[in-house]
Parts: sequence; C-alpha cells; structure tokens
Amino acid sequence: MAQVAIGLVNGAFYAMLSLGLAVIFGMLNVINFTHGAQFMMGAFAAWLLLGHLEVPFWAALVLSPLIVGLFGVLIERLLLKRIYHLDHLYGFLLTFGLALIIEGLFQWRWGSSGAPYPAPITGGTDLGFMIMPTYRLFVVVAALVICLATWYGIERTKLGAYLRAATENPTLVRAFGINVPRLITLTYGLGVGLAALAGVLAAPIQQVSALMGTNLVLIVFAVVVIGGMGSIMGSIVTGFGLGLIEGVTKVYYPPASNTVIFVVMALVLLVKPAGLFGQTK
Amino acid sequence: MAETLLKVADLQAWYGESHILHGVGFEVGRGELVTLLGRNGVGKTTTLRSIMGIVEKRSGSVTFKGRETVGQPSDAIARQGIAYCPEERGIFSSLNVEENLLLPPAVNSGGMTLSEIYALFPNLQERRRSQGTKLSGGEQQMLAIGRILRTGAELLLLDEPTEGLAPVIVQRIGEIIRQLKARGYTILLVEQNFHFAATVADRHYVMEDGRVVDMIAAADVQQNIGKLQAYLGV
Repeated sequence: MAQVAIGLVNGAFYAMLSLGLAVIFGMLNVINFTHGAQFMMGAFAAWLLLGHLEVPFWAALVLSPLIVGLFGVLIERLLLKRIYHLDHLYGFLLTFGLALIIEGLFQWRWGSSGAPYPAPITGGTDLGFMIMPTYRLFVVVAALVICLATWYGIERTKLGAYLRAATENPTLVRAFGINVPRLITLTYGLGVGLAALAGVLAAPIQQVSALMGTNLVLIVFAVVVIGGMGSIMGSIVTGFGLGLIEGVTKVYYPPASNTVIFVVMALVLLVKPAGLFGQTK
Repeated sequence: MAETLLKVADLQAWYGESHILHGVGFEVGRGELVTLLGRNGVGKTTTLRSIMGIVEKRSGSVTFKGRETVGQPSDAIARQGIAYCPEERGIFSSLNVEENLLLPPAVNSGGMTLSEIYALFPNLQERRRSQGTKLSGGEQQMLAIGRILRTGAELLLLDEPTEGLAPVIVQRIGEIIRQLKARGYTILLVEQNFHFAATVADRHYVMEDGRVVDMIAAADVQQNIGKLQAYLGV
C-alpha cells in the first residue's frame, strides 16, 4: 500500500509533465524535448528565489512557473517559430539540443550534486494503512487540481475552444480574425509553465540538480505515447495510472519497476498504435 | 452602384511554383450580391483565399473600405470586417455546434445574435451540443454560414455553399442568402451552379484562366445566356 502511495506521487509528476507535453504537441506539432530541462529550471528558480531573495515556497509556486514560462515564450518567439514548416525531426533536434545546453549550463554553474530544498509542509498524515508525509499528499492533490483545471481550461472555455480549433485548422482560425501565432506562443508558455510548476513541487522531494529532469523526461515521453499524442485526458489518466503500476511493480518485483512503463508502452502500441486515448487522424 | 466596399485590381496569386491568378479585377458595392462564375480550376476559390490573405503569395491590390489589405496577415484582414466560409466548410470536429458558432470573435458591432442565428437555422439549435462534424452536409453548411454572421463582418465570402447538397437544401440556402442580403450584408459568392447563382445575384463576374473576363448584370442574363453557357461549358 505504501508503495502504491509513493507510486501515486510519481504519477502526479508524470501526469503534470505529460500534460504540458501533450498541450504543446497538440498545438505546435513539436515534441518538446526541453521539457525535462524546463522542469529542472522550475525547481532551480524556486531554490534560487529562496536562497537569494528569501521568497517562500508558496510564492515560488506562482513566480517560478511565470519566470520559466516567459523563458519558454522567448524560445518560441526566437527559435521554435522558425521550424514549424519543417519535419518533426528538426523540432526534436532543436529542443533536444536546447535541453543539453540548458542542463550543461546549470551543471557548469551549480554542479551536479544537487541541493536540498526544505519541505514547506512537515509532518505526516495517517491514511489508515500508512503514514504519508503530508507534503507528498499535498503534491498528489495539487497535481490533480492542476491537471483538472488545465483540462477544464482546454475543453470547456472559450480560449480552450480557440486552442482546439487552431490545433485542427490554424489557417481557418486565423482567417476568422484570431491571432494564431500569439496563441501558439501562449500555448508553449503554458506548457513550459506547467513543467516548471511540477519542478517547484518536486524540489522539496528530490534534490534540486541540473539533471533532475533528464531521467524523468524519458518516462514522461512513454506516458505521452501510451496516453495518445496530444490527448489531454489521456495524459492525466495515464500519468497517474503508470505511477501506480510502477509502485505496485516495486512491491512484487522491484528490478522491473524501471522498465515496466516501457513494457506497457510496447504492449499498448501493439494493440492501439495511436495510444489509449489517441485519435487516428 | 452604391459605395464600393471591395475593389480588387490586378490580383495575382501563387501556390508554390504555380501561378494561379493572372491579374483578377472586379468591384463589389456595399449591399450587393455578386458572384464569381467559371469552370473548375479557373481561380474562383483562389480569388476568395487571396482576398482573405491565406494564399502563399499574392500581389496586386485588394482594397476593402478604401484600405489596402494585400500585405496584411489574414487575422488582420478578418478584423476589418471580412468573413470567409470555405468550400470545405471547415467545421471543427473537436468543437460542438455551439462552440463552432461562437468561435469567430466579433470584429464589429451589428452582428446577429446567437438567438437570431438559431431562428434562421432551427436545426442547429436542436443539435447545439452535438459534435460539429456529426451534422449532415446541409446542416454543416448552415453552421458554416451561421458561424460568420455573428461577428459583425460586412462582407461575406461564400465558397460554393450549395456544393453536394440536395435540391431542397439548396433552395433553403438560397432563401437564407436572400435574407442575408436583405439584412444589408454584402456577399461575394463563388458558384458552379449557375441556376442557383442566377436566383440570388445582382451581378455576375465570369472568370477564365485566372482572370475576370466578363461582367453580366442580373437583368441582362437572359440576353447573354448563350454567351454564359459558352463560358461555363454547360
């Protein structure tokens, strides 16, 4: 049971990160390999804000996604927008290269050993079957709220309708008078902000280090593929679900816990090549 | 003719390497209903797309309300009061009927309200929660037209609204287009179906090989019917 709860915490991060990737992929058609680095930047921003400006965790939870989101906006305006008309491969090369550069710079400046971030909520909560650190419980709830809010924003609001329509037919949406390039910039900023938000939430759990997003992003890509590229609900459900599967695997056969997600991915792709929630176009 | 709302002069357009429009020129007065007629592939759709600014490359002049629009991006052109209903209708499958209707932002005051649009197209109200692309062809066409009436745009570009529809629906669309004209909308209509076009239009421009080659007023259609048939190959 305890492993399951820990799995849920991991799942919370998978869900938030894959959600951002799905939103970005849907609109930009770019697979954002910089996502892990942007997750790391979120954690770093919170850590630096605390260390240098004594900004508390709760303020960093807002500030740091804003800062990193703006950085994303800059990347989109300066670099990404130039490659939309090219093959997917160029988006991959560009974002992957950016990730290496960003992670390299952080490693060069702050080393790779990592720094601790004090937990903003201490103590544990008795769930009946286990005592779970209250902060981790908070992370699971917060991630759920963030994911559902994002889903609501995309599926049920006017801005979300613009996003969905522009994903389908950007030319026509633009011919209706909507500034689609700005919408694309905003979407990328939002996706990157989500990654940074996950990074802030992760800071008190993991060490804040330059490479904290590198391994995570691989798993998250598997989550996105399993859920179905670009599917919002797919990312959320698959994220939490795979966290749980990973947790359960740790109980029964620990050595497989690192690979189980990729096994699931292979199985899903065999049966449903578009992913669990994906639509074949 | 009333005040000129749209003036197209020497409009040229390209798709990649292919030169599609070779100097299109015509005018549409405020409140007029004008058609572009011609055989398949003469550049009627491309003319509409060029006015809207969604071709890869264009040159020449398109002035709307006296302002040059060539060189502007399509969203800026739309915000000056031109609305486009594409041939393929462009209904969004990820949006329901009402979301499709509400999608284009208002560019001007004076657009129709949602309830006025539903009064015009009662079917759409019944199916307002359905996925946009689950509608029948005729309903999708009505949705595509209804969608651009809310925005307050003065000029409507309609690309073959009757294509592939049953005669009774074509008739209904004809009634709707006449009602829109009566409400003061200016309409530029691309049609293959000349018999349909003749029932609604004030004037017809005939296109051949990427140019406008003739103009025939509605009153003169009978005298020119032989010439028109030759143009259209019917």
